[in-house]
Amino acid sequence: MLKRTSNNNPVSFTFEGETIPAQSGDSVASAMLAHGTQALRVSTRRKAQRGPYCMMGACYECLVEIDGKTVQSCMTTATDGLQVSRVNHEDV
Amino acid sequence: MKTYDLAIIGAGPAGMTATTAACAQGASVCLLDEQQTPGGQIYRSLNHCDEQRGAILGEDYLYGKTLIDPLSTIDADQTFGATVWRIDENGHIYFSTHGQAHRIQARHIIIATGALERASPVPGWTLPGVMTVGAAQILIKSSGLITEGAVLAGTGPLLYTVAVQLISAGSPPTAIVDTQQPANYVTAAKYLPSALARAATLKKGLGYLAKIRSAGIPFYRAAGDLTIEGSTAAQALSFSHKGHTVRLQTDNVLLHQGVIPNTQLTRSLRLKHEWNRAQRCFHPQTSDWGISSQSNISIAGDGGGIGGAIAAQAEGHVAALGALQSLSLITTEQRDAGAQPHRQTLKKEAGLRRFLDALYPVPEEVMRPSDHTIICRCEDVTAGEIRSFVKAGCTGPNQTKAFGRCGMGPCQGRYCGTTVTEILAAENKLSHDAVGAYRVRAPIKPITLGELASLTGTGD
Amino acid sequence: MQESDFAIVGGGVVGLSIAYGLLCKGKTVTIFDEHDNALRASRGNFGLVWVQGKGSKLPEYAKWTRQSAKSWKNFAAGLSDESGTDLRLQQQGGYSIYLTEQSLAERASDLQNLKAQLGGDYPFDVLGHNAIKKEEPHIGPKVAGAILHHEDGHVNPLLFLRTLSRVVRQRNAHLVTGKSVASIAPLNESQSSDSGFVITTADGAEFRSRRVVLCAGLGSKTLGQPLGFNVPIRAQRGQVLITEKMPPIINRPSDEIRQVDEGGIQIGASAEEVGADDRETLDITARLAQNAIDQYPVLAQASLIRSWAALRIMSPDGFPIYQHSRTAPGAFFVTCHSGITLAAAHATLLTDWICADQPDHYRDFNFPDFNITDFDFSAFSEERFNA
Repeated sequence: MLKRTSNNNPVSFTFEGETIPAQSGDSVASAMLAHGTQALRVSTRRKAQRGPYCMMGACYECLVEIDGKTVQSCMTTATDGLQVSRVNHEDV
Repeated sequence: MKTYDLAIIGAGPAGMTATTAACAQGASVCLLDEQQTPGGQIYRSLNHCDEQRGAILGEDYLYGKTLIDPLSTIDADQTFGATVWRIDENGHIYFSTHGQAHRIQARHIIIATGALERASPVPGWTLPGVMTVGAAQILIKSSGLITEGAVLAGTGPLLYTVAVQLISAGSPPTAIVDTQQPANYVTAAKYLPSALARAATLKKGLGYLAKIRSAGIPFYRAAGDLTIEGSTAAQALSFSHKGHTVRLQTDNVLLHQGVIPNTQLTRSLRLKHEWNRAQRCFHPQTSDWGISSQSNISIAGDGGGIGGAIAAQAEGHVAALGALQSLSLITTEQRDAGAQPHRQTLKKEAGLRRFLDALYPVPEEVMRPSDHTIICRCEDVTAGEIRSFVKAGCTGPNQTKAFGRCGMGPCQGRYCGTTVTEILAAENKLSHDAVGAYRVRAPIKPITLGELASLTGTGD
Repeated sequence: MQESDFAIVGGGVVGLSIAYGLLCKGKTVTIFDEHDNALRASRGNFGLVWVQGKGSKLPEYAKWTRQSAKSWKNFAAGLSDESGTDLRLQQQGGYSIYLTEQSLAERASDLQNLKAQLGGDYPFDVLGHNAIKKEEPHIGPKVAGAILHHEDGHVNPLLFLRTLSRVVRQRNAHLVTGKSVASIAPLNESQSSDSGFVITTADGAEFRSRRVVLCAGLGSKTLGQPLGFNVPIRAQRGQVLITEKMPPIINRPSDEIRQVDEGGIQIGASAEEVGADDRETLDITARLAQNAIDQYPVLAQASLIRSWAALRIMSPDGFPIYQHSRTAPGAFFVTCHSGITLAAAHATLLTDWICADQPDHYRDFNFPDFNITDFDFSAFSEERFNA
């Protein structure tokens, strides 16, 4: 569980269609964690749930899809109107 | 293509200091960093720090302003949000910003890409809800997000620092599960005299431990057999303690086992590396001036071996002077005189580091995990599978890729490389230097094919 | 001293395929494999089991390649039975994709000629843009067309390598790993006998075998000289890209792009004469990426996870070299740059030759079980370069 020390400059984006509130300074990953969603993807071999681990762009556990590209959600600034979805390895 | 005297990769304490020092001598400098603002991980988001966050993070964090502020007054090209993904021997640097690839050239390059937290491969460490202690600190620094009800497990100075920061934020950890053993104090004692030059730092550390104690946080010392339970997310941490198994319910486990150099760029350049027995990691070989086995590439800061933020700052200065001298922009006398005070700092910090390395060694269960523990998170490869590759004739890390895709995922071996080397060294009874490490190739961070293709015909 | 019927110098795909074939014949085998940083062509290959275009200048090679490709199904099934590992072999055809009508027409004409030389038995189709688009919906507008050869396919090369390693162990091959072979010497210097060899590794250890097969890639050249081999092989660099795992995008492989069974898109087909330099370069990787996007525009957004370069072992004419030593009977030299495609032939037909009482008379050999008659092994001798 995460709590915020301050409330400022709210923005929002969507994850799989759901509106996610965020604040200035948030990455997509930190906003997801603050929202209570830890599992962002499924591992490719064992199909196990995975979520942010390093938060500094090194572990690639927080991959999501934005604009058709696979990106690190911890390295992506949360901005208004961003449409984020899970990375889908299974279907076109 | 823009050309510079000096390019500096990474705007942490080493990179910021090197940039400022080189500009002061009139060099043309380019500073590149992947984050949106300068500071590195240690002084991350300091530009946006409000009073409340500053109070939580403390004076060592706020000190970073003395390094960040000069950047706004110097004449260097500074690009943030820049992911460097390739460096060629001839000084060509390729990086991307907002999905656009760019190329610059520098006569000399200082790599100051810092450290990564050492992987803590224990059973269940891949479950959502398990993060590094550093990740929890990044949440505070960047977003003012405080992890509540966390169990901190592992050992090392950063673990205690973050525990104190969480206490200051009003959300003390529910427990600290420390893997440090009493024997470590005995081993470390002989390095204490050399560490006393940094008595103030030692005192600060003791103060952290006192704060944790007075906050009444359950503190399990000499813990072992860490296992995180849960099927789709972390539910509990169990471990052995004083002959019993303890189980703590928590959905948030923060792991830490110190930090290791981030060697992706230096490996991709095929620089010479060596195994550091005290720190249990590889680092690039460097001269006293930070110059690597390739004369136009220097390393400064934790990326060349773990020394901490204060040492990184001094190394940044020394590396800048060394680079400028090698470019004939300053004389040997100017270089030597300029480096003098920083060498004093480095000597003191090295004494402290030897003590800390001995005090917080990596536990066996993390170095060479049990068979069912996942080592390669990207490709879900377990320690047992790696050992089975050894039985099939695998002698080195690059063969573990061929045998079982270990290290072939998007993190490109950042979080499994050291563990794979440890396991192979043990199983094949070889030195770590003989086992070696993953061969790293560009792009050192994934880019799109479109970004790469945009450079068609621009190369050499 | 360790003794075995055969010493295989080189633990890559070629060496392991031959070792496996020999073990299946009940021979004892010692395999020598180098350290982790050896120049391993087997780690850099493209995984194709490929027929089209091969042997247009040497019909024996076309026959040999096709026979191997045809034998792959049984070969893979046998390995799967022994190991429990599915090698993900797919042989539903493969493409050469062309961006201009002219290059497509030229290629089609070459293959027509080869088809005529092979008596009409060479199943391929020429697909125009619309036809290839029907097969591969993600194909881009720049693509003029493709040749679809129905005997082409691909396999998971890393699973194959790992499975071979496991199976030869299960069959009690003796593996000497992490060591370089320093020298190979005939036990008896008299040239007529077949009395065996001493193999010495860099650390001074000695091993004895009745026969020895050199399949150490580029390393074979130096090791083979004292045994009378004079083989003009050279390194040719190939660079490869692989993307993140993606949903199914590409149905059939081409000789430049394929989707591997795990989902990644593998992109290759560069060839450079740069000696023993196995670094990847910006200009080639960028060009490979652009070519992939030209063929499948959807790939522009795909994340590139890795690139790498490896060294092919090339003979002057590009064909394999299979040579029995004239001065050290019992020593064989085997090299090719198509170790995956030819693995099935190497494990079966080639090991017949290596085991033969009189390998030098192994000409115009018939493989009735394989429908190969009047096969001339000497077509692959090094003598073709030394004449």
